[in-house]
Amino acid sequence: MPPALAAHAVEKRYRSTAALRGVDLAVDEGQLVGLLGPNGAGKSTLVKIACGLVRPSGGRAEICGHPAGSLAARARIGYLAELFRFPDWARADEVLELHQKLAGSRGGAAERSELLELVGLADARDRRVEAMSKGMQQRLGLAQALVGNPRLLLLDEPTSALDPVGRRTVRQLLEELRRRGVSVLLNSHLLSEVELVCDRVAIIASGALVAEGRPADLVKPRGVEVETASGKRVIEGAGRDDAPRIVSDLVAAGERVFGVRVLSSTLEDVYLEAVGGETS
Amino acid sequence: MTGAVEIALYAWRESLRRRVFFVVIVLSLAFLALYAVGTTAAFNEVNKFGSNPNDTDPSVVAGSTLLGLAMFATLFLGTVLAVFLTLSAVRGDAERGLLQPLVVRPLGRPSLLAGRFVGAAAVCAVYVGLLYAISLVITLLAGDWTPDHMIAPGLELMAAVVVLAGVSLLGSVFLPTTANGIAVFMVFGAGLVAGLLGQIGDAIPSQTLQNIGSAGAIALPFEALYQEALHALTSDTSGLASFVVKLGPFGGAHHFGPGLVAWVFAYLALLAGAAVWGFHRRDL
Repeated sequence: MPPALAAHAVEKRYRSTAALRGVDLAVDEGQLVGLLGPNGAGKSTLVKIACGLVRPSGGRAEICGHPAGSLAARARIGYLAELFRFPDWARADEVLELHQKLAGSRGGAAERSELLELVGLADARDRRVEAMSKGMQQRLGLAQALVGNPRLLLLDEPTSALDPVGRRTVRQLLEELRRRGVSVLLNSHLLSEVELVCDRVAIIASGALVAEGRPADLVKPRGVEVETASGKRVIEGAGRDDAPRIVSDLVAAGERVFGVRVLSSTLEDVYLEAVGGETS
Repeated sequence: MTGAVEIALYAWRESLRRRVFFVVIVLSLAFLALYAVGTTAAFNEVNKFGSNPNDTDPSVVAGSTLLGLAMFATLFLGTVLAVFLTLSAVRGDAERGLLQPLVVRPLGRPSLLAGRFVGAAAVCAVYVGLLYAISLVITLLAGDWTPDHMIAPGLELMAAVVVLAGVSLLGSVFLPTTANGIAVFMVFGAGLVAGLLGQIGDAIPSQTLQNIGSAGAIALPFEALYQEALHALTSDTSGLASFVVKLGPFGGAHHFGPGLVAWVFAYLALLAGAAVWGFHRRDL
């Protein structure tokens, strides 16, 4: 089975500026991949190429084996843009109904109700977009992206306007989607959010993929911290496997050990190292 | 095709919800009321004229001139409606983030354009047709006068506003909202001026001005359709009345022949081709 998203050496140039420089990335079926990087790194451009909104200057992207942007590819995706708007005169239910028709979904009112329930907008079914808060509009955007049971969900900063409760709702939603086997590419600035829900993380800087892997594999050991009667100290270079030996050596030396903690770098450390402090 | 129909219905719903139609109806009623008062007063004055040495029926001159004026106003109001329904359809909506959620759906960019065009063109054509028909009835009731052809001018005005909707939609692919609105009204004005110059060229006569008028009519066929519609008002009339109407209130009457219809279809096809090409190349 082809991956939900496969980007092969994707390039994008805007005149003399290179937004993407040969990015390779795959999102397998049912996988939740986090896309990280500083502002202007090319994350949104990559997502837009996958959606068919932007044409690549080189390389190719495929959705479930179909060229990105083709009707077959677009029939398999759901997309929430970073900067989007729905017509302010429309009601939540009408927005979803329009997208059902355009997506060819036969879910009808039952699908709309389920989606609004899923994003916590069951009570706002008949509310006009103009009467919704930014957070509610973002959740409606998520519901819209889920219309028609997409195989791949492309989310560009889906929690940027949400409060902590709203973010938690989205996290739970993403976990539910993973349970259902939906693939997700999540573009986010929130490292903690990505670390919590994503199976894999890809970091882009200056248009190039600079790190990729499972969050647990990307972090590096920083040593083992032990607390004895003489205080805390860190044995640098040691890892989780070294902890039992360190403790037994200390006990054998007559020291009393009150605590042991394996230290590792955080995703934030990995991110900062990967992007080299780049920001814009 | 289903997607295009959905987009057209969406455009109509938007017009209804935004109360575009309400504003248009109110303004149109104001225009029609003014036209009814003015036409009645004009015919009352004209009927006081005695027989004239040129054997010209004053009611023909008054009726055709007034209806010609109403046709210009109708085309102008239809143009305003066409522009406001289409001026931000692509680039403007993309800049506001309204377009992207629609474009990623499996309907195709040409279908989206077709839906927006059909939605706007249908609304504008029906509006122009209705306004023309009501103006015709007012003219008949006020002066007991009807043009030589009643249906053709209305159809030609409807076609003219459809062309303008196409021009505005094409502009929306390449230009930001405000720039497109300005550009379309300038194009409309350019057509008007070219038509006027052509008529002056006919009257003087001046081949250069006639050439400018002809070139303008070819490049901007909505103007040719308007002139053709004016021509149909008195195409079977001769003498002074015909001459006065040919000079027209805002651009004169001119007969272009059956080739005009073919050119209008070809022009719309060219507009569609350019819009699809431009939209296909546009990154959103």
